Amino acid sequence: MSGRYETTVGLEIHVELATRSKMFCGCRVAFAGAPNSRVCPVCLGFPGTLPVANEKAVEHTLRIGLALGCDIAEHCLFHRKNYFYPDMPKNYQISQYDSPLCLRGHLDIPSKTGSKSIGITRVHIEEDTGKSQHVGGDGRIASSEYSLEDFNRAGTPLVEIVTEPDIESGEEATTFVTELRALLEALGVSDVRMDEGSLRVDANISVRRAGEIEHGTKVEVKNMNSIRSVGRALAFEEERQRRALDEGSPLVQETRHFDEKSGATSSMRSKEHAFDYRYFPEPDLVPLEPSAHWVADIQKTLPELPPERRQRFVSEYGLTPIDVGVLTASSSTAAWFEDAARAYAGDPKKIVNWIIADLFGLLNVAGIELSACRIAPPQLAALVTMVDAGTISGTQAKVVLAEMFRSGSPPREIVRAKGMEQVSDKGAIEAFIDEAIAENPDVADKVRGGNPGPLGFLVGQVMRKMNGQANPKVVNEILHAKLLS
Amino acid sequence: MVIERSVVDHVARLARLDLSEEERARMGAELSQILAHADRIQALDLDGVEPTSHAVPVVNALRQDEVKPSLEQEESLAGAPAVEAERFRVPRIIEEP
Repeated sequence: MSGRYETTVGLEIHVELATRSKMFCGCRVAFAGAPNSRVCPVCLGFPGTLPVANEKAVEHTLRIGLALGCDIAEHCLFHRKNYFYPDMPKNYQISQYDSPLCLRGHLDIPSKTGSKSIGITRVHIEEDTGKSQHVGGDGRIASSEYSLEDFNRAGTPLVEIVTEPDIESGEEATTFVTELRALLEALGVSDVRMDEGSLRVDANISVRRAGEIEHGTKVEVKNMNSIRSVGRALAFEEERQRRALDEGSPLVQETRHFDEKSGATSSMRSKEHAFDYRYFPEPDLVPLEPSAHWVADIQKTLPELPPERRQRFVSEYGLTPIDVGVLTASSSTAAWFEDAARAYAGDPKKIVNWIIADLFGLLNVAGIELSACRIAPPQLAALVTMVDAGTISGTQAKVVLAEMFRSGSPPREIVRAKGMEQVSDKGAIEAFIDEAIAENPDVADKVRGGNPGPLGFLVGQVMRKMNGQANPKVVNEILHAKLLS
Repeated sequence: MVIERSVVDHVARLARLDLSEEERARMGAELSQILAHADRIQALDLDGVEPTSHAVPVVNALRQDEVKPSLEQEESLAGAPAVEAERFRVPRIIEEP
């Protein structure tokens, strides 16, 4: 079925920049808090006030542009985007129109064939809007009686990243957003929290019959509040459009709203007619001309980016592409792994297994990120080293890890406190073995007679005497040497 | 182009400006002059002239990313025609189709 159709997706991604103050005034940028408590005459749009652009926000935008391989404009302007909606007190949003700060870049994402380059059309600076709350009716705008506005968010520095229509499925869109998110996190320009709205994704999607040259009817999908929702919403929309083509029913160019619960998109109706935003240059803000010197300085301070890091993880640690994908999905996870691997003398693959198989499970249950975990990376290395040395068994190590996760104590301390230390000392073990043999002479004779079956019984006796702390491998070896050689 | 009194009243209402009789008369005259000036510019042949977005040769007016005190919540809501739950209450946004 899928071979008969081709899907085309382009994304528009809004990212709130991590600055202390707003884009054009000194109000603090923060999430939540008392409504209308972080506003001032500038962001409330009082007559006679003047905006001044935040240098840090411009720098962050340049970092994003450079990391995406964009051309940086030598000269660009801010524009007023006029619209009639009460979430901006000025009745316009300051944005960039025909001269964005960054143009023509790309982001390389992992694909079945190795890597695929997704074109970036532009990256521009704008300001976020306030938050509306619709009262009455079913809580949605069309049926509400009136609305309430909180302008704390109005004026928060925002960057819009627009891709070329190079994405061919919901799955690929998911990969792109995951990669972009990791890139933005690595750049330190945003806290990239989709649940708090600091990273928001809108998609344009169309489906056409394979081989057709013209794109199908474009539908815009909004309200995808997690990376998973992006995949679900686009898969639903892809299927809906294919079915419409199959049935020969018409598709309309419209904006559709994704509903998290039902997993379906529905027409928003409200904004079908194209708006004329009457863009014009913002007279209160002078043009922006980032100097070559400034741009070069920022370029120099770019950190290692996820695509480079992926390659290095394969070559330096000999990890599989799947492991590398998991570890580099977030920069903080990648850094955590490296800190642990550097503190470990053995095969880094073992550290990866402990992180993916055990630590991620604990994080999932606790519902926290690795960066918030109480275990310091070198402590995981210490734990794995203790297993390698035979001080504790792998099973015991899992118990210790859970305790490290809970208390943040170092593994050595936990092992000592729990009396878990495995005894591998041959002399100590031998004394108990001799005791066990002396107490069970007939069993020992059977083994001596060439029947290794009851050996397990003797191992059990030794383990019991030693409260389970003997290294079973050593016990076996000594018993073998004593009775069977 | 002469701005009529009804247009002044309408614009004043849209801008929520409470103007006196005298001010309304003056605004009518001043707005007429401004529009007349715009008409003169409209009449010029400007083909091939670069649009001028700014009249001053200044670029990169940027501020440091520093937090300045905001208004107190009471102050920020003081001018609102209606307040509910610490927010600006606004009339319904979208009319039923």
